[in-house]
Amino acid sequence: MSKQLITLDQVIIRFAGDSGDGMQLTGDQFTAETAAYGNDLSTMPDYPAEIRAPQGTLHGVSSFQLHFADHEVLTPGDAPNVLVAMNPAALKANIGLMGPGATLILNSDEFTKRNLEKVGYWSNPLEDGSLARYDVHAIALTSQTVDALKDFDLTRKEAERSKNMYALGLLSWLYSRPTDAARRYLEKKFAKKPEVLAANLAALEAGWSFGETTEAFSVYYEIKPSSPAPGTYRYITGNVALSYGLIAASVRSGLPLFLGSYPITPASDILHELSKHKNFGVRTFQAEDEIAGVGSAIGAAYGGMLAVTTTSGPGIALKSEAIGLAVALELPLIIVDVQRGGPSTGLPTKTEQADLLQAMYGRNGESPVPIVAAQSPADCFNAAYEAARIAVTYRTPVFLLTDGALANGAEPWLLPSIDELPPIDPAFLTEPNHEVDGTPVLWPFKRDPETLARPWIKPGTPGLTHRIGGIEKQDGTGNISYDPANHDRMVRLRDAKVQGIAREVPNLWVDDPTGDAELLVLGWGSTYGPVGAACEEVRKEGIKVAHAHIRLVHPFPADTGEVLRRYRRVLIPEMNLGQLALLIRGTYLVDAMSLNKVEGQPFKSTEIAAAIKDVLAHV
Amino acid sequence: MSETFASLSLVPKTTTPLSAKDFKTDQEVRWCPGCGDYAILAAVQAFLPELGVARENITIISGIGCSSRFPYYVDTYGMHSIHGRAPAIATGLSVTRPDLSVWVVTGDGDALSIGGNHLIHAMRRNVNLKILLFNNRIYGLTKGQYSPTSEEGKITKSTPYGSLDHPFNPVSLALGVECTFVARTLDSDRKHLTETLRAAAAHEGTAIVEIMQNCDIFNDGAWAPLKDAEVRDENLIRLEHGQPIRVGASRGVFRDDRGELFIDEVTEANAAKVVIHDAHMDDPSAAFQLSRLSDPVRLSNTPVGVFRDVARPVFDRQMQAQIDEVSRKLGTGDFDRLLRSADTWEIA
Repeated sequence: MSKQLITLDQVIIRFAGDSGDGMQLTGDQFTAETAAYGNDLSTMPDYPAEIRAPQGTLHGVSSFQLHFADHEVLTPGDAPNVLVAMNPAALKANIGLMGPGATLILNSDEFTKRNLEKVGYWSNPLEDGSLARYDVHAIALTSQTVDALKDFDLTRKEAERSKNMYALGLLSWLYSRPTDAARRYLEKKFAKKPEVLAANLAALEAGWSFGETTEAFSVYYEIKPSSPAPGTYRYITGNVALSYGLIAASVRSGLPLFLGSYPITPASDILHELSKHKNFGVRTFQAEDEIAGVGSAIGAAYGGMLAVTTTSGPGIALKSEAIGLAVALELPLIIVDVQRGGPSTGLPTKTEQADLLQAMYGRNGESPVPIVAAQSPADCFNAAYEAARIAVTYRTPVFLLTDGALANGAEPWLLPSIDELPPIDPAFLTEPNHEVDGTPVLWPFKRDPETLARPWIKPGTPGLTHRIGGIEKQDGTGNISYDPANHDRMVRLRDAKVQGIAREVPNLWVDDPTGDAELLVLGWGSTYGPVGAACEEVRKEGIKVAHAHIRLVHPFPADTGEVLRRYRRVLIPEMNLGQLALLIRGTYLVDAMSLNKVEGQPFKSTEIAAAIKDVLAHV
Repeated sequence: MSETFASLSLVPKTTTPLSAKDFKTDQEVRWCPGCGDYAILAAVQAFLPELGVARENITIISGIGCSSRFPYYVDTYGMHSIHGRAPAIATGLSVTRPDLSVWVVTGDGDALSIGGNHLIHAMRRNVNLKILLFNNRIYGLTKGQYSPTSEEGKITKSTPYGSLDHPFNPVSLALGVECTFVARTLDSDRKHLTETLRAAAAHEGTAIVEIMQNCDIFNDGAWAPLKDAEVRDENLIRLEHGQPIRVGASRGVFRDDRGELFIDEVTEANAAKVVIHDAHMDDPSAAFQLSRLSDPVRLSNTPVGVFRDVARPVFDRQMQAQIDEVSRKLGTGDFDRLLRSADTWEIA
C-alpha cells in the first residue's frame, strides 16, 4: 500500500497516560529522535505531585508535550496537533487542550466500561460520536504489543509494559523519525537484561511496522530539519543546564563548588545532578533543613568555595535571615529559587513567577541582592554562570530565579566552549590592604573603588586574622560600629555596590524589527518564549510590536528607563499579579500595563497575542 | 605538642611558639563585670597555643547571645553569625577546609532552642567541630527570660508565674544523638576546664563541651551547689576514664540487678563493685545513665568530665574520601566530556 507523505512546518504532540505508563520516557525518547534529526524543539512535562496516584484516575495523568519545527521554536506550544492517550483518563484530562481536527491516537484496550466510569464517561467516546471533530485512531496498543511479543518468555503483564515503546515506534513512523537514539537508550538502560531489551526493541519495531502496513493511517509526515547555528548540540533540561553552569563557573574560576541544599520540588534535580559530579571536586551537602542548606553554603563561601544553595519559594522564606547575613558579610553566594505555585505549599509541580518580590525585598533591613532570571531551559546554563560571576566579582549573594517550566522543560543547546566564557577571578586577598601610621594593616571592609566590593579573605591566610559578623561594621576596618552616620554610609554603600552592576552588563535586549512599534512587550524569566512567539504571530498579520526581555532583574540594565520611554505603551505579561510591573512603574514612573496569569501553566502565545491586539486597539 | 591532637592532623603547624597573648584582640571585651565568660575566654586563650597549629588556621564560629560575642575577642579567624545557625555554618566551613581547626561557641538558648536542629544534626554526622556550649540557664542578652535549660517553675520576666517547660539536659541530649565526644565542665574550675578543652581538641569528629557558666546579672548562683567550696565536692561526680566513679568523699556509683545506677556509701565490702567509668564504650547507654544521675534543681550528683569519647568515621573525611574515590573511578572532571555525556548532533 503506498502512503502519502505530507510535509509540515511544525507539530505539537502530547503524550499522556497513567503515571506508571512511561509517557515521560516515551516523550523523552521521541524528543531525542527529533533532536537528532535536526528539528528545533521545546518540551514540557506536566506530571502530578503524587508519585503514584490511583491508576486510571484524572489526577494520576502524566503528560509530556513536544513542539518541533523546521524553524526556531520558542515554546512547548499551545494547542497540540496530536494526542497520544493511553487510557480514558488521559483523554479526558487533555481533550480540552486539543484544537478541532487534531489527531487522537487512543489505546482502545483501556476503554473498558470500568475505566470509562472511573473518570465519569457514561458512554464510550470511541463510539458515541463525541469525538467527531477529531481525527480519531483507536488502536489496541496493549494487545497489539502483547501479540508482537508472544514469542518472548514474558508474562502478559511484563509484555504490556512495552506498550509505550510500541507507541513510540508508531509515532516515529508517522513523523519519519529515526529510531537510533531510542535504540541506543534502550541498549544502555537494559544492558543487563537482554530479554527485556529484546522485547522493547521488538515492540518499537512492531509499532513502526504497524504504521507502515495498517490502513488506519493513509498519510505520514515529515518535518524538515531547522537550520540553527553550526556546532555541536544536545538536548538539555533547565535543571541540568543550571547544574552545568555552576560546574563551568567552578572550573573557570578554580573555586571548588559547594552545594548546601534541602530536597524540594522542583529544585531537587539540581542537587541530584550535582551530586553525580564529585570528580569535579563538587561537594554536595544534603542539609537537615533549608536554613542549614544556606548556612552551610555561607560557611563554605567564607572558606573560599563557590557556594550555592538551591530551593523553591518556601525554602527561600526559611533562608531569608541567612541571606541577610550574607549581605552583611559581603560574601559570594548563589541562591537558586526554582519558582513554583504559592503561597505556602501551593502547587509544588506547577510553574509560577511569584517570588520576584520575595527575592527583591524578602529580608529585614535594607538588604539589596542582585537577581538574575533565566529565560529558557538552555539559558539556565548562562544565567547560572552569570550569577556566579556577579557573586564572586561583587562579593555578594545573588538570586538566580528559574521556574518549574524552565526546570523540567527542555530544548536543544549549542554546546559552549569553556574557554570562551567570561573569566571569573576570585582575587583572594593575601596581604594587608591598608596602612595606618606607616604600618600595613588589614581592612576587611575596604572597598574596590570600581566595584565597591570588599576583599575576599580565606581563613588560613597568614597575617590577616580578623572577625566578621552580622552586626553593623565600621566602613573600612570592619569593627563593630553602632555609629549612626556610619550605618547610613554602610547601607548606602551596600546598595551602591549592587546598583553598580548595571554599569557592566549589556543593555536591555530589545527586538523591534521595524523600529517604529508603539507597543513594547516586556518580559522576564520564562515568559521569553511565549512573548517571542506571540510577537512573531502578530507580526505575520502586519502588526508592529517590540519585544524586550530583562535577564538581570536587579539592578535593571542601565538603559531600561530610556527604552521604556520610547514606546507609547508597555505591556508586561507575568505569571503573578504584576510584580515586575510594580518595580518598573515604581522605578521609572512608566504606566506599564500588566497581563497576569497564575494557573500553574506557562502563557500560551495566543493569550499574549490577543492581549497585544487588545492593547493596540485602544492606543 | 600537636602530635597529641589527631583531629588536627591536616592543619598546618605554627612555626613560632604562641602564647595566650597572641590570641588577644584589640577589641574591648564587653561582657558584664563578673560574667563567667571572662574565665572561659582566659582559659581558651591560654589553651589555644597548646594546639600547636598556625593561628590563622583556627576559626571560631558563633551564633547570637552573650557567649556568641566570643570570636571578637580571640585573634583567630572568626564569624559572629545569626541565632542558632553556627553549627550549620561551621559544617559548611569544616567539610570544605580540612586545614582548619573549627570551633563553635554557643549558649543554651542559641544551641538548644533556636538552633537545636543544627546542633543535633552536626553531632549525628560527626562533623569535625569542637562545640563549646556556655550554659547559664537563662537568656542574658535579651535581659532575662527562661531558657531551655532553666529549671521548671523558673520565675523570669517572661514567666512571672513560673515557667512550665521541662528543661533539656545538654549532655543527655548529646548522648541521645550519639555524639562521639561529650563532656561537661565548669567556668570557674580553670584546671578542669583546660583538661576538658584538651580532650575535646584531641577528638576526631564532633566534640561538645557543656560549660556550666554563671550569669551574675540574670541568674546568679545558678550553679552554686557545684561551685561553692563548702558543698561542691559532695555534689560533683568527677568522671575519669578507667577510674571508679566516686561521689563526694564517701559515696560511689553502683549498678543494680536491673542494670540501673544507684548511689551508695562505699564500704570495704562493696568497694570493688563501684562502677568503673568507660568513656570509650561504643554504646552510649551507660554514659546516658550517668547523665541522668543529677538532680536538675538541687544539682546533687552532677557528673563532670568526659562522658563519652569514641572513634567513628568523621563526616568531613568521608566527604573528601568519596570525592577522591569517584575521581579515581571516573577520572578528574573534564568539562567538555560532561557536556557530551548525552546524545549530541552536529549542525554543519
